[in-house]
Amino acid sequence: MAILGKLDSANLNGGQKLAVKYFTVALVLFGAQILFGLLAGIQYLKPDFLFGILDFSVNRMVHINALVVWLLFGFIGSVYWMLEDESGIPVVGLGLGNLIFWIFTLAVAVVVVVYLLIQVGSGEHSTIWLINEGREYIEAPRWADIGIVVCVLAFFYNVAATFAKGRYTGVGGVLVLDLIALFGLYLAGMFYTPNVSVDQYWWWWVIHLWVEATWEVLVGCLMAYGLMLTLGVRRKIVETWLYIEVALMFGSGILGLGHHYFWIGTPEYWFTIGGFFSALEPIPLVAMVVHSVFDAGAHKMKNTNHPALAWIIAHAFGNFFGAGVWGFMHTLPQINLYTHGTQWTASHGHLAFFGAYATLVIAFFYIALQKWRGNVWMSGGIAGAWRWKWAMILLNLGMVGMVMAMLISGYEQSQIERAIEGSTWMGYFTAQAHPWFVQGMWWRQVFGWMFAAGFVLLAWDLLTIGGREKRPALQHAELAAA
Amino acid sequence: MSHTEWWASESFWRKTAIWVTAGSFVALIFLTFDTMSQITAGTKRVPAYSVINKRIDYVFDKQRNFQVPVIGVEEPLFGKRLTEEEAEALVSKGKLTTQAKNCMNCHTLLGNGAYYAPDLTKSWLDPMWGSPSVREQLMVEFLMNPQDKLHNITGRRMPNLGITEEEARATVAFLKWMSSIDTNGFPNNFKPIKQEN
Repeated sequence: MAILGKLDSANLNGGQKLAVKYFTVALVLFGAQILFGLLAGIQYLKPDFLFGILDFSVNRMVHINALVVWLLFGFIGSVYWMLEDESGIPVVGLGLGNLIFWIFTLAVAVVVVVYLLIQVGSGEHSTIWLINEGREYIEAPRWADIGIVVCVLAFFYNVAATFAKGRYTGVGGVLVLDLIALFGLYLAGMFYTPNVSVDQYWWWWVIHLWVEATWEVLVGCLMAYGLMLTLGVRRKIVETWLYIEVALMFGSGILGLGHHYFWIGTPEYWFTIGGFFSALEPIPLVAMVVHSVFDAGAHKMKNTNHPALAWIIAHAFGNFFGAGVWGFMHTLPQINLYTHGTQWTASHGHLAFFGAYATLVIAFFYIALQKWRGNVWMSGGIAGAWRWKWAMILLNLGMVGMVMAMLISGYEQSQIERAIEGSTWMGYFTAQAHPWFVQGMWWRQVFGWMFAAGFVLLAWDLLTIGGREKRPALQHAELAAA
Repeated sequence: MSHTEWWASESFWRKTAIWVTAGSFVALIFLTFDTMSQITAGTKRVPAYSVINKRIDYVFDKQRNFQVPVIGVEEPLFGKRLTEEEAEALVSKGKLTTQAKNCMNCHTLLGNGAYYAPDLTKSWLDPMWGSPSVREQLMVEFLMNPQDKLHNITGRRMPNLGITEEEARATVAFLKWMSSIDTNGFPNNFKPIKQEN
C-alpha cells in the first residue's frame, strides 16, 4: 500500500518510471532555455555583454535547441506515461527504452557542451558533422542527427509494439501513425546542398510539418488522454474529437506549409496555396478550445487534478492564440512581405511554442507527480496551492508580456525598416535604434525575468506538491456522482 | 445518447481524417516535384552559380508589380571569370562557411533565421558598401575582422569568427549568387547600390 504524499517509484508502472526520467531532463532543459533566452535578451540591450565569449548566436542557438529538445523529451515522457494505461499491458522492450534514454541524454549533453565551448568551426563538411550544422532549430551536428534517429526508432518500437500486443485504442492508432510521420520528416533535414532555396524548402518540411502538423496531433493525443484522466470524459467523445482535430489539423497544416514558400525562391503559386490553407489553420485550434472547455464545463470543473487541468485549459487557449491568432495575423503574403524576418515572428514563436506545447508538457508533469506520490489528492484545496497558482500566473503573464513587447517592436520594425526605409541595412539599423523598438526590448527583458521567476516557483512546486497531502485522489466515480 | 448521427460518429471522422491527410500529402508531393524543377540551380528563378560572373541588379518589374533580380553585363567576382564547376565549388564553400559559422543565429537568409543582425538576402546589393568598385574587398575584410570595424548606431558588433580569406571570398560568392534568386519581391521597396550601366 502506497504511503500518500511520499514520492515512491513503486507507485509507477514501468513506462511511467521511464517517463519521470524524461520529465526530469525536460525540466532541466526548460531552465536552460530560459537562462540562455535571458542572456540573449540582455545582449539586445547591452551588446557588449559577453561579447566574444558567449555571443548572441551561441545563446540564441542554445535557447531554441533547448526548447526543441525539452519539448521532445516532454512528449516522449508523456507517451511513455500513458502507454501502459492505454494499451493495458506493460511496455514491450522497456529495457531498450531505458538504455536509449541514457544515450539520448548523454548525446544532448555532449552537443550542448560543444555548442558552448567550440561554438563554430571552419567552412568544411567536418564542422557540420561534428560541431554545428548552422541551420536554425536543427543545428545539431550530423552525428547527433543519426543518434536522434536511432533513439527515436527505439522509442517508436516501444510504442508500436506495445499497442500491437495490447489494446489498440483510437488514441494509440493516431499516435503511432503520427510518430511515423514525425520522425520520418526529420530525415528531410539531413543533407547538405549549396542551393539555399532547396535547403530551406526541405528545412521547412522538418520545422513546419513538425510544429504545425505532427506535433499538434501528438498534443491532441496527449490532451485526449489528459481529459479522460482528469475529468473522466468518455473515451468515445474524446476519440471522436481527436479524429475531427486530425482531419482539420492535417487538412489545413500540410498545405499550410506554403506560407513558408512565399520568399525563398519558390514559385508564386505558393501565395495562393499557402495563404488559403494557413488561413484555415486556426480552425482546429478553435475546435480544441471548444473541446476542452466544453468538457470541463460539462463536468462542472470537477476534476482529479487541478493544476493539470488548469494547464490543459491554458494549453487550449495558448494554442489558439499563439499558433492560431498570432500565426494568422501575419500569415497572408500581403502582410507577410513586411513582417517576414522581424520581431513579429519572434512574438508568434514565443506564444505558440509556450501556448501549444510547454503548457501541455507541464500538465503532464503534474499528472505524473500525483501518481508518483501514491495517487494523492490534487483537487481543490491542495496544501500549498498558492505555489502552483502563482507559478502559473507568473509564467503566463511573463509570456504574454514578452509577446506583446516583441509585437510592438515588430510593428515598428515592419513600418520603419520595411515600409519606409526599404529594407536596406541602414533601414534595419534605423529601426533597431528607434526608441519604440528599444522600449519593446526592455519590456521583453522585464517580462522575461517574471517568466524566470515563474519557472523557479514551478520547479519548487513540482518538488513539493502533494508532499503534505494525506487525502487520496478523487476517483472518476466520485466525479460523476458530484 | 444511444443514437449518434452519422456526422457525429467516430467512424465517419476517422475515415475523414485518413482521406484528408492522404489527399493533402499527395497534393504536397506533386507540388514538391514541380517546385523542385523550378528552384534547381540553373533555372529562371534560381540562376546557375556562374551568375557570379555577371552584374546583378534588383529592378522594379511593372508586370509583376515588384522588384526582380536582373542579370546584366560581365562583371566577374574578384575580376576572375569562373567556369560553372569552379563557380559551384566556390559558392558551395561559401554556403558551408555560413553554416559552419552559424550566421543564421544572428542574421536572416531569405528572411529566415534570427533578428539580431540584418537580412543577408540582398546584402550583395546593399548601399552600405558605398561603391561597387570597393564592395568585394570591403566585404572580405569585414568578414575576416569585423569586431573592430565601425558598425552601426545600435552598438551591436559582429564577433570575430575566425573566417579565413579563402572562406571570406567564398562567402562573398555565395552572397552574390543568393542576391540573384527571384524571391517574389522580398525584400520590398529595396534601394540597391548604384551600379552604372
